[in-house]
Amino acid sequence: MRIPRALGLVCATALLASCAPAQSTGNDSTADEMTGTLRVWLFSEVNQEPKEKVVDEAVEEFEAAHEGVTVDVQYIPVDTRAERFRAAFNDPSSAPDVAEFGNTDLAGYVEAGGFADITEDLSAWDEAADFSPELAATTEVDGASYGVPWYVGMRALYYRTDLFSEHDIEVPETLEEVVEAARELREKEPDLLGLSSGGAYTYGFLPFVWAHGGDIATVEGDTHTAAIDSAQSRAGVELYSEVLSEDVCPPQTCSEMGGNDSVQNFVAGRAAMTIGGNFNLNAVEESEVADDYAVIPLPGTEPGSIAPAFAGGNNLGVLAGTERRTLAVEFMKLLGGKDYQLKMYEAMGNLPTFTDVQAEVAQSSPEMEPFIATLEAGTRFVPVTGAWSTIDAQTVLPSMMQQIAGGDATVEEATAEAATRMNDAFSGQ
Amino acid sequence: MGRPAAATRPGRRRGRFEHWFYLSPALVVLAALLVYPLYQLVLVSLYDYRQAQVSGAQPLRFIGFDNYATLLGDPRFWGVLGNTVVFAAACVVGTLLVGGALAVLATRLRPWVRTVLFLTALGAWATPAVTGSAVWLFLFDPTLGLVNQVLVGVGLEGFAGHSWTYEKWSAFGLVGAEVIWCSFPFVMVTLYAGITSIPEEVVEAARLDGASTLRIAHSIMLPMLRPVLAIVTIQSIIWDFKIFTQIYIMTGGGGISGQNMVLNVYGYQQAFAASQYGLGSAIGVITSLLLLAITLVYLRALRRNGEVL
Repeated sequence: MRIPRALGLVCATALLASCAPAQSTGNDSTADEMTGTLRVWLFSEVNQEPKEKVVDEAVEEFEAAHEGVTVDVQYIPVDTRAERFRAAFNDPSSAPDVAEFGNTDLAGYVEAGGFADITEDLSAWDEAADFSPELAATTEVDGASYGVPWYVGMRALYYRTDLFSEHDIEVPETLEEVVEAARELREKEPDLLGLSSGGAYTYGFLPFVWAHGGDIATVEGDTHTAAIDSAQSRAGVELYSEVLSEDVCPPQTCSEMGGNDSVQNFVAGRAAMTIGGNFNLNAVEESEVADDYAVIPLPGTEPGSIAPAFAGGNNLGVLAGTERRTLAVEFMKLLGGKDYQLKMYEAMGNLPTFTDVQAEVAQSSPEMEPFIATLEAGTRFVPVTGAWSTIDAQTVLPSMMQQIAGGDATVEEATAEAATRMNDAFSGQ
Repeated sequence: MGRPAAATRPGRRRGRFEHWFYLSPALVVLAALLVYPLYQLVLVSLYDYRQAQVSGAQPLRFIGFDNYATLLGDPRFWGVLGNTVVFAAACVVGTLLVGGALAVLATRLRPWVRTVLFLTALGAWATPAVTGSAVWLFLFDPTLGLVNQVLVGVGLEGFAGHSWTYEKWSAFGLVGAEVIWCSFPFVMVTLYAGITSIPEEVVEAARLDGASTLRIAHSIMLPMLRPVLAIVTIQSIIWDFKIFTQIYIMTGGGGISGQNMVLNVYGYQQAFAASQYGLGSAIGVITSLLLLAITLVYLRALRRNGEVL
C-alpha cells in the first residue's frame, strides 16, 4: 500500500508542475471586415435617455454612411465594468469592437492587452490636434494612444451663498481659508457640516495634496515610486485631515463618505460647502438649495491660485480583438468627435475634451465657467500603471485618510504605510 | 481478510469493484464540482497570476510558495485572520445559544405559539443574506434608521446620528447580530427535532428515580443530543468562518480602513477587485485548510468522547 500511495503523490506533484492555469492566447486580430455588426459598449447612466438619443443619432448617421453595417450598442453598468471587461479580454468573441471606459482603468486594460494602439489613426485625424493635451495624456500609456478622451468631469467648490452672507463670511481664497470658513460655518450652524467631503472621497482630497506640491507617486523611466509620504504631500494630507474633524465634518459621519455621499449632503441642505463635479450641477439645480448656491474653482495655497483637479473622465477605445478595426476607429472618431461631444454636452452636461469646444461651452453657459477655469488651470492624474487598479481596489488612500481621521495613526505613520503598500503594488506584489 | 479464503474469493473479487461502480455517479459529480475547482485553486495559488497573465499579455511565472510567503509575512493578513477567528467564534456561540434556548422554549410552548415562533424564524432563515443585510442597515441608519429614532424617542439623546458602523467592534457587533438572526433558525429547528426525538420513557424513568430538571438536562438530554449538536456546531463554524455577504454589504467591503475585514472578503478583494488571482487563491487555500483542521479537531474530540457521527 505504501509504494502506490507514494507513487500517487509523485504523480500528483508532477501533474501539478506540468499543468498551468488557463491563459488566453493573445487578443490581437488581423481580420478587418468592412461589413457586419459593429458592437459598442457604453456605460449606463442613472438618467440614460438623453445619452441614448445622442448615441442613436450617431448610429443612424454611421449606418447611413456605411452600407451593410449595423451598430449594436449595449449599455453596461459601471459597477460591474471590471468583470465585464475582464471577460471581454479573456474571450475576444464576446468582446465589443468599441468601448467607453474610465480613464483611470486604462493602464490596467492596456497591461492586460485589451485595447488596440491607435496612435497612427489619431495622427491622421485633423480634429485630434484640438484635444486638451492633459486630457489626451489620459489616453496614453508609454507614449502610445489607446483611445480618444470623450468627456471629462471637473470638481469645484460648491458653497451656500445665503449662509456665507448671513454669517458675514468671506468667500475663501486659499485652501486654508476653505477649512477656516468651514469651521466658522459649523460653529454658527452646528447642524450643518462645514465642508462635506468624506474620508473615502479620493478625488476630493487629492487636490489638497497636489496644491501643496505633493503627488501620489513619481515616475522615473517606467518605475513608479510612492510620493504620498513626501513633506509636501503630508502638508496636504494634514490640511485635509482638519476637514475630517468634529468642528468641520465629524469622522463618525464623514469617514465613510465617498464622492456621491459628500455631494448628497449638500444637495439635501445638510452642508455649507462641498467639493462637487460639473456632473452634479443638475442634482443641485433641482434641489431645495438651488437658489442659494454658487460654485468657484477650489482655491490653491496662494490667493488667486486654483488647486490642481483630478482629470477624471471617460474615453472611447477600440478593442485589440476587433475584427472590424477600420470601422471601429471610424465610429470612435464619429462619436468622440467635436459634433457629438457638443451634443453630449447639451444632453448630459458632460464637459467636452476639445479646447475649442470647451471655449464655446464656457461662453454659452456661464454655470460651466468655474469648471472650465479649473480645467484650464491645469489638472493632474493618477499614476499610469496597471498597479493603480490594485491600489484603488485595496482602498489604500481612503484607508490612510480614515486612519488619520479616526486617530488611529498620525499623518506620518499613515502616509508611510500607504507609501509602502503602493510601492508593493508598483513592484508587482 | 481473516475470513476463509475459499468462501469469499468470488464475492470479494466482485465486491472489490462493485462498490466503486455504485459510487461512480457521486464520484463523478464530486470530482467535477469539488476536486477540480480545488485543484485549480491550489494550482493558481502557485503562480504569479494577474490580469495580464490571464489575458496572455505577459508570460506565466511559476513562483512556488511565494504567494503564501507574502501572505504570512504581511501583518495585515494576520490582523484579518484574527478578526475572522474572533468574529466567527462569537457568531457560532451566539447562534448556538440563541438557537438552543429557543429550541428548549419551543418544547414548552402551546402548539399555536410554537407555530408562530417557527414561522417567524423560518422567515428570517428564508431571507436572502443580501436583503437581510440591507434591511438591517436601514434599521440602523445613523439619521433615518428606526433604531436610533426609537432610542432618541425614549430619551437616549446620545444616539441621535450615532453611527453603528464607525467603531470596529460596534460594526462587528451589528454584523454579528445580523448573522445570528439569519442562522439561529437552523440550529433551533434541528435541536428542537433532536429534543422531541428523545423517548419520553427515558426522561420519565429518570424523573421517577428522583433526578432534578437540571440533572436530567445535563445527564440525559445533552448526551443524547450530542450528535445533533455536533452537526449544528460544525455547520455554524463553517458558515460563520466563511462569512462574506453580511460583512461586504453592511461594512461597505470591510469597514473603515479595512477594520472589519474577514478572510473571505479579503480574498475577494485581492483576487477579483485587485486582479491578483494567485494571491487571492492562496487566501482561499488557507481558509479551506483552516476549516478542515478545525472540523477534524472537533470530530476527533467527539470521537474521544465515545461519540460517532
